[in-house]
Amino acid sequence: MAEEGAGGREYGTGHRLVGKNYPTPDLVAKVTGQARFAEDHRAEGMLYCKLLLSPMPHARVRRIDAREALALPGVKAILTADELPPPADALTDNGTVIKANPKGERALTMEPLYRGEPILAVAAVDELTAAEAIERIHLDLEPLPFVIDPLETLRPGGPNPRTDGNIWVRRPAPPASPGGPAPSTPPPEVGELKWTAADFAAAGPGQLPTGKTPEEWSHGDLEAGFQRAALVLDETFVTPDTSHQTLETRSALAYWQNGKVHVFTGTQSTAQTVPAIARWLNLDPADVVLVSEYTGGGFGSKITAGISLVIPALLSRKAGAPVMMRISREEETYIGRARPSLRGRLRVGFTAQGRISAVDMLVICDNGPYDAVGDAASAGRIVSLLYQPEAMRWRGATVLTNTPPRSAQSAPGGMQGIVLMEPIVAKAARRLGLDQVAIRRLNCPEGKAPFGPEVQGRRAHVTSAFLKEALDRGAEQFRWKERVARTPRRMGTRVRGVGVSLSCYVGGSIGFDGLLLLTPDGRVHFQSGIGNLGTESVVDVHRVGAEILGVPWERCEVIWGDSSRNLPFTCVSGGSQTTHAMTRAAHATAMDARAKLQRIAALTLGGGPELYEVADERVFRRGGGASLTLAEAAQHAIRLGGPFDGHELSPDLNKVTRAAAAALAGRGLVAAAKDAYPRDGVTHSYVASFAEVEVDVETGKYRVVDFLAFGDVGSVIHPRALGGQMLGRSVLGMGHALGQRWVFDPHYGALLSTRFHHSKPPTILDVPTRMQWGALDIPDPETPVGARGVGEPPVGGGCASILNALSDALGDEVFRRAPVTCDAILAALEAGRPMQPPLEAHV
Amino acid sequence: MAVIRDVMAEFELFQPSSVADVLRLLAEHGKDAWILAGGLDSLDWLKDRLRRPRAVIDLGGVEELRGVTETGDGLSIGATTTLTEVVQHPVIRRRYGLLSRAASLVASPQIRNQGTLGGNLSQDARCWYYRAGWPCYRAGGNVCYADSPVGRNREHAILHADRCVAVNPSDTAPALIALGARLVVQGPRGERVVEAEDFFVGPDVDITRLHALGPGELLTAVRLPAEWADRRFYFEKVRDREVWDFALLEVASAMSLAGDRIERIRIAVNGAAARPLRLPQVERAVRGLPASAATGELAGTLAVEGAVPLRFNAYKVPLMRNLVKRAIGGVPEAPWPS
Repeated sequence: MAEEGAGGREYGTGHRLVGKNYPTPDLVAKVTGQARFAEDHRAEGMLYCKLLLSPMPHARVRRIDAREALALPGVKAILTADELPPPADALTDNGTVIKANPKGERALTMEPLYRGEPILAVAAVDELTAAEAIERIHLDLEPLPFVIDPLETLRPGGPNPRTDGNIWVRRPAPPASPGGPAPSTPPPEVGELKWTAADFAAAGPGQLPTGKTPEEWSHGDLEAGFQRAALVLDETFVTPDTSHQTLETRSALAYWQNGKVHVFTGTQSTAQTVPAIARWLNLDPADVVLVSEYTGGGFGSKITAGISLVIPALLSRKAGAPVMMRISREEETYIGRARPSLRGRLRVGFTAQGRISAVDMLVICDNGPYDAVGDAASAGRIVSLLYQPEAMRWRGATVLTNTPPRSAQSAPGGMQGIVLMEPIVAKAARRLGLDQVAIRRLNCPEGKAPFGPEVQGRRAHVTSAFLKEALDRGAEQFRWKERVARTPRRMGTRVRGVGVSLSCYVGGSIGFDGLLLLTPDGRVHFQSGIGNLGTESVVDVHRVGAEILGVPWERCEVIWGDSSRNLPFTCVSGGSQTTHAMTRAAHATAMDARAKLQRIAALTLGGGPELYEVADERVFRRGGGASLTLAEAAQHAIRLGGPFDGHELSPDLNKVTRAAAAALAGRGLVAAAKDAYPRDGVTHSYVASFAEVEVDVETGKYRVVDFLAFGDVGSVIHPRALGGQMLGRSVLGMGHALGQRWVFDPHYGALLSTRFHHSKPPTILDVPTRMQWGALDIPDPETPVGARGVGEPPVGGGCASILNALSDALGDEVFRRAPVTCDAILAALEAGRPMQPPLEAHV
Repeated sequence: MAVIRDVMAEFELFQPSSVADVLRLLAEHGKDAWILAGGLDSLDWLKDRLRRPRAVIDLGGVEELRGVTETGDGLSIGATTTLTEVVQHPVIRRRYGLLSRAASLVASPQIRNQGTLGGNLSQDARCWYYRAGWPCYRAGGNVCYADSPVGRNREHAILHADRCVAVNPSDTAPALIALGARLVVQGPRGERVVEAEDFFVGPDVDITRLHALGPGELLTAVRLPAEWADRRFYFEKVRDREVWDFALLEVASAMSLAGDRIERIRIAVNGAAARPLRLPQVERAVRGLPASAATGELAGTLAVEGAVPLRFNAYKVPLMRNLVKRAIGGVPEAPWPS
């Protein structure tokens, strides 16, 4: 079936299920409202929890007087930070201990580091009682110095966000003792970074100072690159802080039963959230039951659900009753995570032909007060990959501030890197008289393109890149040349402009497990540990298994969303890795099932396994003759036992998978396999993004007239879901151009944009009605199914293509930070120069 | 006392079925009473626990407050008529298109289905300091947080600020001023009818509210005179998002022409000050002039005289100038092929 908006293209040529549309099994529940999200669950005797949030951006809680609150009828328990279990170390699958960060974020605190940080929680018989109890609590707070602007804390004598500094410092791991276990990674420490007055004075008006940074890498001869350049641009740009704004806030219900904690919440990753909860609560993962059937959006803020769900779990234990914690939109704005803004200064050299000969990139990441996000480093890696500069230096500092904690948000760092780089490429093309598509075609990665610094004499490389083809196909579908040539560009008060952007992000990991059960009724049960985060990968990847086994989709069932239902070791759904990682695991598992079916046929019907084929719900002898139905084969598997029905398992499976498979043993044919397929390179997906805008120069208002995202995302698994990701994530990026942001009052360290109508995520009416997408459908050569992930790669292009279309319409002297709202445009057009405050945080 | 901005505090709910009962309840409960219509403004205040009325008087059951009736001289619109009903009413669409256009740009379809015309007119300021419970002038304190050296005031006033720099958020208010509407207010001393422009007050008159309703008074209806029906109308709202957003600035005008010359005009803007501003200086200056771009330029320049921008809202000066200009001179069409 061809998809609307997809250029009439059909996908999945030669496949039965892969590349085809189908109604997903969660569809009806979602559109009819029957789907049960965390807040929809109820438990007998359930209490409600409310949070007391810090009114100050940095303070020490000297005393909590909760006597009046506890005296209120209906108040059952109050939880404070000293009742939290100590932060627990994490153990990786290869046995390395990651030491807990004693200065990392916890669910409650006695030293709030941002305004809105939870200090304590109250459980009561209803929310009204809990709220009134909060109001009866007296806090004695000692205000401490604070800072919300990363450049302010870098100034000499500038305030520090934490009592001991403004950056994280990581000491190297101690050397391993000969023959001993791998040494544990020590926790990071807080240090101080200050730039000199001379650094600030030397920056020049509106330019980011370039003081020393804790991190740096380079490759190639930077100075030679700049010498070769016909054009060198040196630009400062600021990207916005944006809350994840999931429609479902991070509410959770928890209760304890027979020593186990049962948690109901929305998470991006079902299987992997269990060990996370166990770590936060200092429990054995076997004592955690997680139910997360539906998740109302994550975008990186709920990769393994939020640390905040510790609160109802501990309150429940303390009160001896189930506790529901419903998070309001304002609370979500504080604790719900956000993308960090990057301030970037990039010096970029272009040859006369437009080839990027050198990039000197410095970025400052506004991290918030807690654990460091990787956006600064990702921005450098993605710029290095996506524009293939002949020489590059990256420098970065991730600076702590008293603002709500950041986390990965769709294409973390990559999105910001693209947004820092793209306007420079667009400007260079105008200066050099080059077509915008042509200059990107000249610089973009191809094949096993290298990226990043040299490590031990080698640079990393990608599995494959066909971005040139995506640019060509996208330009054709968007009628790029026709739009560029169209005149007049201005009619009345309205000006049109077109923009193109490259975009990419990581798109896959390896090494996870799959698990399926073929029952004696001939049905296949796929055990899915993937979270149902709205991308449909929770179900989509299992179409691969059904296709390999020749089973009609109607005879398959996908089990998801409940950790007590025997789910295998699965990747987290973050970093757009799921479709790649879990189609590989699904492939390996289906091949294991097929081999077992062939062996069962051989044992039952005679001959060697290689004589048998699996198709059309049968195992049959090649060329005709004896056969078994899958139902009969499942009965034989139970009779034969051992490796066939899950009683003997492959030793390379993860212990999580082994436990799940053992629980299924004896119920039919059990197939379980680890993805051990080779891979050469780091998997990324790529997008060419095209936008046309129309600006009214008398109001500064603009609208996005048209948009197209064309993807190089490997084999297409599910076109409709892919289209949803290509365009949905593009819109997430567009929000960063159109108006989404944080606004702070710097004097009080207070976030002002706490509601949707302040922070302004884009609505359906802010984007074109009929956006288009397409995909090359070229298999990635380094994975058996050919599919790569796609969630994050479109985000950067969604934003940057609009920025580039705006400067095409209005010229280069209009904006120097995103978002670009009508006030910025109108003020700049009036003044003839950019009028946005160049570097100030949170305006 | 710690602060929580969630969960409505308890109150007693009254659901009267007549205006007389509403007035009686208002008299009975005095300062403890709160009038609830669509709830789009009220429920924010209540759920943030910043307003704690003891008696909430729900107008939803008062039939006489609802609906549109034709009168000898135009239309009468009940105060609890929903914005969607205002948008869709055939006579309003046909003869008072300015109002249906303005109402159609309020917030979002869901909010227009629930929100009422009276509520849209009498809603409170949306300044994010004030609405977050900061103890500012408007809240009875002695500071304006938005008008401070680092205050965030992109959405705030450029005209007639007096201690407070909040703006009036109503989209229908400037349209009603341009249409010469009169608002019917009932109270303890009976009924009074006020010109739409006189219904709104700035901080110089009363810094604690945006309208002129006295104690125990209720806005019951909006009367649209026939005099300003069927004129040449212009309405433009500039906002960040195309739905679910307050105006950064908006203009409404009704014009009668003799040939190409402006015979009479009423023009108002909102988003510039704490009250919707009728622009009499513009109305006077353009009378008798052609409705042209040049007249628009003159009008725009006059409109912004005396504007005092804050740190982040200087853009509102050219924006108001250009919107007034367009209201008079029109906007050239730009029909590109898409």
